[in-house]
Amino acid sequence: MNPEKVVFGFFIVLALTLNFGFFFGELDNPDHHHVYELFAAVVVNVIATVLKFGDRTQMGAVLLSTSLVAVLQLFAAALVWGVAEHISGTGMSPVVMASIVSLSGGAMLANVVSVVLLVIETVMLRR
Amino acid sequence: MNNIFFLIFRRMRWPLLTMVTAYSIAVLGLVLVPGQHADGEIWHMDFFHAFYFVSFMSTTIGFGEIPHAFSEAQRLWVMFSVYLTVVAWVYAIGNILALVQDRTFQHALDELRFARRIRKQREPFFLVCGYGETGSALVQALTDRDQNVVVIDVNAERVNMLQLQNLRQYVPALHGDAARPVHLLEAGLEHKKCQGVVALTNVNEVNLKIAITAKLLHPEIKVICRADSQDVEDNMASFGTDYIIDPYEAFARHLATALQNPALYLLHDWLTGVRHQKLGEPVYPPQDGGWIVCGFGRFGSAIYHRLVDEKIEPVVIEAHPETTNAPEGVIKGRGTEAVTLEEAGIREVVGLVAGTNNDANNLSIIMTARQLNPGLFVIARQNHLDNLNIFDAVKADIRMHPSSVIANRIRVLLGTPMLYEFMSLAMYEDDQWACELISRVLAVVHDQVPEVWEVEINDEEALAVNSALEAGAAIELEDLLRDHRERDSKLSCIPLLHLSKGARVTLPPLNTRMKSGDRLLICGSMSARSRMEWTLQNDNALSYVLTGQVCAQGWVWRLFRKNGLT
Repeated sequence: MNPEKVVFGFFIVLALTLNFGFFFGELDNPDHHHVYELFAAVVVNVIATVLKFGDRTQMGAVLLSTSLVAVLQLFAAALVWGVAEHISGTGMSPVVMASIVSLSGGAMLANVVSVVLLVIETVMLRR
Repeated sequence: MNNIFFLIFRRMRWPLLTMVTAYSIAVLGLVLVPGQHADGEIWHMDFFHAFYFVSFMSTTIGFGEIPHAFSEAQRLWVMFSVYLTVVAWVYAIGNILALVQDRTFQHALDELRFARRIRKQREPFFLVCGYGETGSALVQALTDRDQNVVVIDVNAERVNMLQLQNLRQYVPALHGDAARPVHLLEAGLEHKKCQGVVALTNVNEVNLKIAITAKLLHPEIKVICRADSQDVEDNMASFGTDYIIDPYEAFARHLATALQNPALYLLHDWLTGVRHQKLGEPVYPPQDGGWIVCGFGRFGSAIYHRLVDEKIEPVVIEAHPETTNAPEGVIKGRGTEAVTLEEAGIREVVGLVAGTNNDANNLSIIMTARQLNPGLFVIARQNHLDNLNIFDAVKADIRMHPSSVIANRIRVLLGTPMLYEFMSLAMYEDDQWACELISRVLAVVHDQVPEVWEVEINDEEALAVNSALEAGAAIELEDLLRDHRERDSKLSCIPLLHLSKGARVTLPPLNTRMKSGDRLLICGSMSARSRMEWTLQNDNALSYVLTGQVCAQGWVWRLFRKNGLT
């Protein structure tokens, strides 16, 4: 058992599950999407990305890139939230919520790809 | 480049993880801990403000309690977070600083800079592997002649020493193992300006590996190797190494020349001298009488066989005759004691070769022998450059320093390969010929060794002459030797060798007709060289030299002249 694999697998799957938890619900209903879940998804995604730094394998490089995509999408979602709440003064409206959730949906897709890649790698190793 | 990113990311993984964790704990805590307005109303910080607050708190900038004054619970949490995040920052910064100072990282950076520098190299250069005594002497000699050199050495100290040395040219140096092809490639082995590879490390196998790598990856360039044994020499020759240099054999051949033809030896000494070196005095090794050779290693045996070829049977003194395959009649001993020297008949002989591989012993042999027989002709082998001063003091008639023999030979091979052709042709000439040439050389130079250079009649080295020849002009060698400022006076130089489509003429006559593609070897003063450059490259200088007329330089003036106005 490789502890590195355990830790990385844990974070990458956790990133997906948290993201899914945030994404799940009516698209434009602010009551269905809690800010804490978004926060947790961002943090876990960043950790998963950093864990892949300095990995020289091809699989490591692809995993790093998918994680980066997820992080970028989630940052964008958080930014939209912050701007709507504090800067533009529009407050949380269904339109804003829809765009935040769709951004996190994109991030979730990247997370799904990461998990699929992880599964493929595990299957190919056969150990 | 990849290597460096890899190193940075690898080292930054833990610091970044720590930071992310510390920040998220601090931010989450701030959001969760309730605050209280002055009127008693409970409020919660949102993520936006929490992240803002933690960002300036953890960097200890501290703008105050934003957006509202904190409650006691919030202050408690902030206190905890300050220590958490500040420690995380200190850890991260410490790690970055450690990375910058890290040897592996520094080395990776140096290698990257070196490789980039070599890629940008626009001047022809030579690649020298091994910066020991020989390597440094060679680099010094080459840079003195304005040639570019790139150095690889496995020893970091030597590479650092190179940076301290006061060389005329900047010499990029790589600390790395030259036996690994990747280092040779980084140093520009496949670079199109790479002119040659010189393998001078003190390990035969490494030299062999360098030679093979160079011949496989860049077959057109010259490969010059040092070889200390016949076995390795044969191996190198088998795959076409251009020049293989055995310092002992080279010196022994040299000594044979001195015995047969002292004038030729002196000529060789002058022509291959280092710039600004004083003209050497002639040496006449005595031939009628016995010789003693102390030490029968590679040096001693090479000398011994040459002396035997010259019909001189030397007496050999050797400390370990069994292991060195010494000839019959060898005297066992080091030669440093009077007893051994007496046994070899030191009082009757005329010459002594102190050729052991220990400098102190060699000096001791010479001093003891001189006490017993003051009139001896002495050849001393100097093994280490550091002992230069004491060898100067002992005043041997001929001094042999293997490193400088190799360095000098390679410098000539790289700089003026035609000189070797000339010297081998000169071997067929007699003493009289060499004496005459010596007096001619003396007439053109004063007290320093002559400058020796090659000229090829092509567009690069002699644009004016080549285009005139292609236009059908008849140019004789004599014309090239005229001074471009006053055509009746001659430049102080002597053409030594003329190569024309395979025909080789030593000391070519002045009425030789020049042809495009001809090559000349010339020796003379420095000023003659730079003046000749004018004639070779400048159309106006050439036409003056050929006709004695100064032709119109500008287009307008030429137009006037054509119309007969001037």
